Amino acid sequence: MHPQFVDYFIVATYFVFVLGIGFALRGRMKTSEDFFLSGRSIPGWITGLAFMSANLGALEVMGHAANAAKYGMFVNHFYWLAAMPAMCFVGVFMMPFYYGSKVRSVPEFLRKRYDEKTRTLNACCFAVMTLLVSGVDLYAMAILFQRLLNWPFWASVVASAVVVAIYIYLGGLTSSIYNEVLQFFLIVFGFLPLAILGLKAVGGFAGLNAHLPNPGYAHTWANIWHAADNPMGINWFGTIFGLGFVLSFGYWCTDFLVIQRGLAAKDMPAAQRTPLIAAVPKMFFPLLVILPGLVAITLDPTTKNLLGGRYDNALPAMLGRFYPSGLLGIGLTALMASFMSGMAGNVTAFNTVWTFDIYQTHINPGKEDSHYLSMGRMATVFAVIVGIGTAFIVLRFNNLMDYLQLLFAFFNAPLFATFLLGMFWKRTSAHSGFWGLLCGILAAAGHYLLYHYHYIHYPSDMAANFYQAIWAFVVCFVVTVVVTFFTEPRKEAELVGLVYSLTPRPKTSNLPWYERPGYLAIGILALCVVLNIIFW
Amino acid sequence: MGLDIRWPIGIIFTLYGVVLALYGAFTDASLFQEKSLGVNIDLWWGLAMLVFGLFMGALAFRASRRSES
Repeated sequence: MHPQFVDYFIVATYFVFVLGIGFALRGRMKTSEDFFLSGRSIPGWITGLAFMSANLGALEVMGHAANAAKYGMFVNHFYWLAAMPAMCFVGVFMMPFYYGSKVRSVPEFLRKRYDEKTRTLNACCFAVMTLLVSGVDLYAMAILFQRLLNWPFWASVVASAVVVAIYIYLGGLTSSIYNEVLQFFLIVFGFLPLAILGLKAVGGFAGLNAHLPNPGYAHTWANIWHAADNPMGINWFGTIFGLGFVLSFGYWCTDFLVIQRGLAAKDMPAAQRTPLIAAVPKMFFPLLVILPGLVAITLDPTTKNLLGGRYDNALPAMLGRFYPSGLLGIGLTALMASFMSGMAGNVTAFNTVWTFDIYQTHINPGKEDSHYLSMGRMATVFAVIVGIGTAFIVLRFNNLMDYLQLLFAFFNAPLFATFLLGMFWKRTSAHSGFWGLLCGILAAAGHYLLYHYHYIHYPSDMAANFYQAIWAFVVCFVVTVVVTFFTEPRKEAELVGLVYSLTPRPKTSNLPWYERPGYLAIGILALCVVLNIIFW
Repeated sequence: MGLDIRWPIGIIFTLYGVVLALYGAFTDASLFQEKSLGVNIDLWWGLAMLVFGLFMGALAFRASRRSES
């Protein structure tokens, strides 16, 4: 990679715009609701693209390109098996509870459905997890800065962190959401030529299939029946139940990082459409990340030359190989945009949960609204500083994807059982949520220790993560059900708006067909089935 | 609404499109032979970004006219 003046100019212009959006929104942040929830005023297409983009961090973009080079088209499952059904489910069935109950965060919903201790447990876990995750994006961004400008690592980390801190400090969630929409378009325009040039270089899809180093790489489903047949070492049960159900629903349906974008929507139909609008570009994202990974491994089957011995290099190496100066600037801007949207998503989710669910609840309740607004700003700065610290922890790890899937398997997987039972079974008692969640997390920890000290074995770390998630989910589910039978149920009157059978359905008959969540979800899933068949 | 997000998107894509297309048009073709398989990708992709930027700008302009009247 040898960037020229034009490339630096393009990257610098992007930073000017990012900060400019923050400054333009500065005057609108008058209440804590403006800062943390954008005053619930944003149209569905914007929150939808932000929902998609908040998830497009370094791991999503560089990580899945690397996974594609390592495991082939099997990685499509992260999109078509995992994300699609979960995104449709949260839009159609769960968003009415989140948005309709007027909660400001996911932990706050747990307080309404269960009790204070369930909420506090979840809020603390979530706060720790987001801080640990935010360092990953900062780390990736700093590495890129370091290569481009030859700055030392610490200076690169601090510079990237300061930009994110400034635009969230000024414009809160709105600034983050607006930047995420800008970032979404930059990512699409920055990576699409890579797919086009990459395919041209290997002779189209036919040429790609003919030259892949392992013929199994060309299939999504064909090798799923036995763990020994597929490169990831996971059979159909682990894939469908572990990834397709527990991990994906746990992430898309309960992670406040993405749900927060839906809560910022202007009304209920816009909130329900948020994940559904996000699902459409998400479905085609394999074209932008998995395809370049496959091309990279086809051009360099030994990984020694183009990839420099590391799968993580797949995407940057492809940019360097195919992009002339000019377009290289756009590609680098897209990478930076992806890291910044990932980092900003974590920071905005953290400052909300910290301010509402921990600070306002336990440390300093009953202050005027402006106090919590300034606390949110301070929490932003705090989160970024801790993120800098985590970036240095990440620097010591050598496998980022395992680090992250491990965190998700710990915290998100059991949480989905708590939500499923809470929203769809009115008998679930107030105490059961806490004990179920605690036991689920402990089960994940126990499983991790047994695996780490070699008492149980899996063919790959990814397989271990999938089964850890399954155990955490099952334990949380069973404990919640058992505790429920030994404790008092809650009064039905208190559960209206929180439980499916006691809540009136949102009225959709006044909407045109293309705005009705149910129809949109069916259309998305049908299209997704077609893609699965084509790339079988 | 304080800020229509389509303005900044329209402006930055128009700017990038113009810069990229001009750079592509006035750069030695050997650069593209060496990198992008002989395609002058800067010129073509610059034009694509320019079209998208103008489209976003037009949408924002139409919305601002509508809210005034």
